[in-house]
Amino acid sequence: MSKKDVKLKIKELKTNTGVIKDLELSLGKIVDESWKEPLGPTAFPSVTALREWDMKLLKRYKPFYMPFCDMCCLCTYGKCDLTGDKRGACGINMSAQQSRIVLLACCIGTATHLGHARHMIDHLIEKYGRRHPIDIGGLNVEIEAPIVRLVCGVKPKTLGDLEDIQNYAESQLTHLLASTHTGQEADNLDFESKVLQAGMIDHVALEIADIAQVSAYGFPKADPDAPLVGLGFGAIDIEKPVIMVIGHNVVPSISIIDYLRDNDLVNKVEVCGLCCTAHDITRYEKRAKIVGPISWQLRFIRSGVPDLIVVDEQCVRCDVLDEAQKIKAPVIATSEKNCAGLPDRTHDAVDDIVADLVSGKTPGALILNPDKVGEVAAKVVTQVAPTRKKFKTLPEVQELIEKAKECKKCNECIRACPNMMPITDAITAAGKGDLTKLAELYELCVGCGRCEHACSVGIPIHSFIVKAAEKQMKEEKFLVRSGRGAIQDVEIRNVGSPIVLGEIPGVVAIVGCANFPKGGKEVADIATEFAKRRYIVVTSGCSAMSAAMYKDEEGKTPYEAFSGAFEAGGIVNVGSCVANSHIAGAAIKIAMIFAKRNLRANYEEIADYIYNRVGAVGVAWGAMSQKAAAIASGFWRLGVPVVVGPHGSKYRRMLLGRKENEEDWYVYDARTGDKVYVGPAPEHLFYAAETKEEAMVMIAKLCMRPNDTTRGRAIKLTHYIDLHKRLYGTMPDDVHLFVRNHNDIPITMKDEIVKILEEKGWKETRIPDPTLLPRLIRKKKEE
Amino acid sequence: MSLAESWQRAEVGGPKKALLITKPAVVVTMIKKAKRPILIVGSGVLDKVAKDKALIDLIIQLAQKGKVPVVATAHIVGDFLKRNFKPTTSMPSVDIVNRLVDGKWPGLDGKGQYDLALFIGLPYYMEWILLNALKHFAQSIKTVSLDKTYQPNASWSFSNLTVEDWIQNLEEIIDKLGAE
Repeated sequence: MSKKDVKLKIKELKTNTGVIKDLELSLGKIVDESWKEPLGPTAFPSVTALREWDMKLLKRYKPFYMPFCDMCCLCTYGKCDLTGDKRGACGINMSAQQSRIVLLACCIGTATHLGHARHMIDHLIEKYGRRHPIDIGGLNVEIEAPIVRLVCGVKPKTLGDLEDIQNYAESQLTHLLASTHTGQEADNLDFESKVLQAGMIDHVALEIADIAQVSAYGFPKADPDAPLVGLGFGAIDIEKPVIMVIGHNVVPSISIIDYLRDNDLVNKVEVCGLCCTAHDITRYEKRAKIVGPISWQLRFIRSGVPDLIVVDEQCVRCDVLDEAQKIKAPVIATSEKNCAGLPDRTHDAVDDIVADLVSGKTPGALILNPDKVGEVAAKVVTQVAPTRKKFKTLPEVQELIEKAKECKKCNECIRACPNMMPITDAITAAGKGDLTKLAELYELCVGCGRCEHACSVGIPIHSFIVKAAEKQMKEEKFLVRSGRGAIQDVEIRNVGSPIVLGEIPGVVAIVGCANFPKGGKEVADIATEFAKRRYIVVTSGCSAMSAAMYKDEEGKTPYEAFSGAFEAGGIVNVGSCVANSHIAGAAIKIAMIFAKRNLRANYEEIADYIYNRVGAVGVAWGAMSQKAAAIASGFWRLGVPVVVGPHGSKYRRMLLGRKENEEDWYVYDARTGDKVYVGPAPEHLFYAAETKEEAMVMIAKLCMRPNDTTRGRAIKLTHYIDLHKRLYGTMPDDVHLFVRNHNDIPITMKDEIVKILEEKGWKETRIPDPTLLPRLIRKKKEE
Repeated sequence: MSLAESWQRAEVGGPKKALLITKPAVVVTMIKKAKRPILIVGSGVLDKVAKDKALIDLIIQLAQKGKVPVVATAHIVGDFLKRNFKPTTSMPSVDIVNRLVDGKWPGLDGKGQYDLALFIGLPYYMEWILLNALKHFAQSIKTVSLDKTYQPNASWSFSNLTVEDWIQNLEEIIDKLGAE
């Protein structure tokens, strides 16, 4: 790949053959001479290049704003009260303000992934060189970077190639962030279009970060049989010195493992992690362990198990240093984005840093050289562990009971709890010696710790909950399949047809954070329900961990009970947050491998294909972060709906269809150019469900696509109706909108559905070759 | 404790906050005066409020006495049907509020948009944000929270009540709705 960024401007040129005036010539940014696939229309798209596509989506799925704040406080004109759609001092109205905040959130999310990718790629280039090849699956993965190919129109072959893509993505992010300044963009839909651009750029960042680390570190390469690794408190050998790593950027943690390996310490020191760094250490070293999702941070630190805590970036609690000091564990911060107020010891001698951390002279150190982190961490943990003796801050039972008696029953704990758990009752019972109610809260608790800060008598409520469930916590021992990375091309070949035709009822991607409304079990329930129904279930991030934390009657976790292949009935852990790119990548590859559509810089056409044909749904049941917002918006632009849990309503904007508005649900038939009614499939693009049951029914419904064959639609309707009957206790009232002809009707429900169709005055429609893009209409054949 | 305080401490309201329902008669009058009331019922009504009493039973009485159409959100329609009560429709909470903010929506019966929306049983924070959508974008609709906790974004809300006081209020509303 070579870079060409040439601009030629000629005011006046006289030659023997004539005169040229005001000639301006611009050559594209990057041209790959060796790639024969024709370049599509939107290579390295600018902020507005895909605006037309966005507006098509936003016309169907009009933003529904639920202001999370009535004010704008972003400039010194303000605060401005925008209540009732008043305008602020800059002229902005509430709709634009809400979409502006959504854009800000997505920019933050995209920036974290881009910052992560930049650090990762720079580090790997320094270590392995610019020419280190991209290899994420050998011969099994020829389309190694589908998002980059689709968005940028280039085919990266080396780590160095990723830098050019990074530069483009960073410039886009700058423009997007700039547009949120006071007194610029005025229109909410234009903000929304930029949200979708941010999401698309986020997916680029995810992809380049993950393919860089998979290629350089030798993570599982599209391996459906990636090893099963230990997860949970009970999986960790607490007899050994324990290093706990937290965050999302695995570079320093890799250096720790390398140092342990090089010094024959890997079996003598336990390395365990939280959040995505945990996924990525197990992709590198299968003996490493995963503690759990983000919500396990406080409880694990307070258990006293970690002898050393190493933090990198993203989703790291801001009180880690305080909590670590309470258990006498030193902290090493490793990222410029998260210095934790610690002294920069990057250039100090290793032995000096070790001495200070072991003696407790300093509670922690900022070390920005990953190799040095590895050496310091290994030396510190082996010296600190024997003296710490797993010092913990969990109370003894009698101490807990005595303190619980001080509860004033003011309910401030409940009022601070995101899920309003019945804490007061549990503490009251504890004061009488009964810890069972406290223990029951353990599985529901998202581990935020807000209850403690609200307590007027200083009861360490979270610690009480953990103590009450200590036995259960120590027995948490599960297996999760290590993040496999990409989906193989051959897997796409095998499932492309049944997905597009609807015979595999859908792809359900369970992703995102752990702000669950009723604990993580709901995630496991959703995953197993759809896997049993022969959907393809894909997991990533904290949700991939939560899905593993429950066992069936045979004592198997979902990853043991179901295949790790991208196939019907599989539960496929792709890996950390950045590995979400492989989920989007799989949808894109279906369009290319199965349908043989040109991928290269052909975003609109591929998104149109996915939207109309690939029955994929994202589920972020506990989504809480700005990163989750950015990831979701990347899926929206590709036409993939996303369902979030009730807390997801706080993202303040949904993208909802109106199924009763018939005029909204027409597509072009690419064969004839006719406009054909296809029903509300999919009905929504971004949707918050109130309960797990509601979400499950909606997931099944959102898998329907206009292109489904009659057999495929019948299968999808079977699941939708079956789930609705089981979980709602009724037949859905909108079945008639999804039946196009009698062959769509599930055979076992024929009588019941035919009766409904008659009552609703249903009329048969035809199944088109669906597209939203007029340019894809082939000319009507002459008779 | 101030009477008009958000139950979830951080979910503070904006400059325009709900008026307090100081006595059940206020709700009764609003329902009776409304031309087009609607009751949106969330999954929380399945919770028991007394040893042998679930909130859903009270809601059914309230809807019947007040002749208010009911939207059952989430998955709870079957629980109504088990009690021989058919809600007007079953619809996700975001869907019904998305329609309420549309001034041109013809309503569930085709007779036009509603003028009074009563809420009960949604997760506190979700109801908070849905009510805020209505506060900003559907100013012609009055909203009432019948939950036991103060909802600042409604037009009218109870203060933070004990379960006993709350049930007493709801029962009084039901009684008064039934009276001629």
